[in-house]
Amino acid sequence: MPESTVHIGLLLPEVLGTYGDSGNAQVLCRRLRWRGFDAEVVPVGLGEPVPSTLDMYLLGGGEDGAQALAAAHLRKHRRALTPDAVVFGVCAGLQVLGTRFRGLDGVDHDGLGLLDVTTEPGERRAVAELVATSPEPLGPLTGFENHLGISKLGADSEPLGHVVRGTGNGDGTEGAVTGHVAGTYLHGPALARNPALADLLLAWAAGHPLPPLELPEVDRLRVERLTATRRRRTS
Amino acid sequence: MTHSRRFAETRRRPVARVTDSANSQRPPSTIQPVTPFRTRASVSAGRLTAWLSRSAGLGKGAVIGGRITLALDPKALRRVGRDRTVVLVTGTNGKTTTALMITKALEALAEVAANSDGANMPDGVLAALAARPEAPYAVLEVDETYVPWVADQLNPAVLVLLNLSRDQLDRVGEVRSTERELRKAIGNHPETTIVANSDDILVASAATEAGKRIWVGTGRRWTGDSTACPRCDGLIDHVKDHWSCACGLARPEPAWTLDGDLVRTPGGRHVDLDLRLPGDANRANAAFALAAAHRLGVPPHTAAARLRTITDIGGRYRTIRRSRHSVRLMLAKNPAGWVETLRVLDEDTPVVVAVNAQEADGRDLSWLWDVHFERLRGRQVVVTGERCADLAVRLCYAEVAHWAEPDPVAAIDALPPGGVELVANYTAFRDLVGRLPGA
Ligand SMILES: [Zn+2]
Repeated sequence: MPESTVHIGLLLPEVLGTYGDSGNAQVLCRRLRWRGFDAEVVPVGLGEPVPSTLDMYLLGGGEDGAQALAAAHLRKHRRALTPDAVVFGVCAGLQVLGTRFRGLDGVDHDGLGLLDVTTEPGERRAVAELVATSPEPLGPLTGFENHLGISKLGADSEPLGHVVRGTGNGDGTEGAVTGHVAGTYLHGPALARNPALADLLLAWAAGHPLPPLELPEVDRLRVERLTATRRRRTS
Repeated sequence: MTHSRRFAETRRRPVARVTDSANSQRPPSTIQPVTPFRTRASVSAGRLTAWLSRSAGLGKGAVIGGRITLALDPKALRRVGRDRTVVLVTGTNGKTTTALMITKALEALAEVAANSDGANMPDGVLAALAARPEAPYAVLEVDETYVPWVADQLNPAVLVLLNLSRDQLDRVGEVRSTERELRKAIGNHPETTIVANSDDILVASAATEAGKRIWVGTGRRWTGDSTACPRCDGLIDHVKDHWSCACGLARPEPAWTLDGDLVRTPGGRHVDLDLRLPGDANRANAAFALAAAHRLGVPPHTAAARLRTITDIGGRYRTIRRSRHSVRLMLAKNPAGWVETLRVLDEDTPVVVAVNAQEADGRDLSWLWDVHFERLRGRQVVVTGERCADLAVRLCYAEVAHWAEPDPVAAIDALPPGGVELVANYTAFRDLVGRLPGA
């Protein structure tokens, strides 16, 4: 990393912070510090300009009205998110990163167009544990999902994984990636449960992979969650 | 059934009468407490079931009894609640405590029927009223979502609206529709005095157009949920204690305010609380209780003195003694509750934190990341409960040293002899209390 301190932007936590989303920023920050890098979380509030100088930008989940409010603000500051910025969105954050999303009121909103994803409300809310498979370096992805949105990926985005249990994007795929921009329906928060995903984002920001980090607590939780959902699936 | 003429005779009236029409339309001693036969029969049947379920060790007999009564006679609640001065207490946190406080205060006036077991669905409310058929007052905590229906049956004199936040993450969005339903219910009961929290945006939105309202200001305690305006989805502007939205919704000026341990009354007097229960959340509950009791004629100093007799709430905050440990039990049901509970923990005492994620707790544990567990740094911490692995990861990233022991009783026993602070969420608390003798 060129600068000495890595700045992790937590975008609009007051409206996009429904699912413990600040946890993702905290996870990234700690994983950097434990490896000896300086890192800090920079919250960017609604009404404030989004600085273009941050290394990473995180968007969390939020309710319908809050999501529209967030999208309107971020559209104004779209240019801050330069092509080499690392951006990660969860749930409403994923939808805002897409090109367009439709609210419960049937109104279409423009997203930021950083992911080739369009979202419409589905028929039923997906509220459950979500498990997806993904090739290395990610491996199995686990989290909790709570959303109504059905997201369709266009040609410019790849899914993050394929659903084993739960709903995800709604067509068997889960999440989306374009370049260094990623979105997912996994919360819990996603990066606490999926350290490989956290390290992938950090590797994007650093320009190279980071040394491994052993956290037995995290391994234990992953094994427990993956076996618990498998057990429920087969029973 | 022991209902009889005695009802009118033993019934004491408040020292200071409330002069609104909701109460004055009821002359003190002319009411004929004739309970229709159907209600009487069904209440007896319900009581029998309650007794049976208790004897069979099924636990909360009161709820099961009430459920059967309502099934037998849907109008039972209206009949059993008739001719009483009813106080309903609702909100996400503090219902049981505040209701108990108001009950204690009103007992200065006369007998009070109350669901102090925390059974706050219609059947629990009915069971509480049926258990005290002659009490002229009723103080009932009611689950937020049942308030409209219960209020229609009972025409409360006072409705206390404490706070509205998400109970469970997988119920996101529901708190806003709850607010809209409460607003509508309040509009349908112009004679009811609403005692409401001026610092809670959703509560203020629900109560702003009430016919009679008393605002209580206890400070902003939880801000996690009320991000956009409940009226217009616009941005809420916060300047120090004040908040406002461009649509006109704004913090009402409170008549009662909490300042440290002091409650300032509308008359400008200060009442020292000096509660036995710990924490700012309980002091806030006390401010609501003083305001509600004052509305019904209990002077604030009298009420405060009575609140000091409360040492635990249904086992919560109670200290139980085991052979090597004395364990203080604390229940935290949701993120807002956890934030409050972590604040009241004694600094030098080891902590056991227990978390489950059953249906009643909410399956989604993301809220763990909204709670400032960093507060536990430097203490002895044991994580326990069915989801202690999630808690361990949270504490790991909070840099709180801890060890994990999935069994809560074993977790307590693993600590050195002495005091233990135990915080648990709903089913973890319930299961643990069931396993600890004397709890
Ligand atoms: Zn507004």
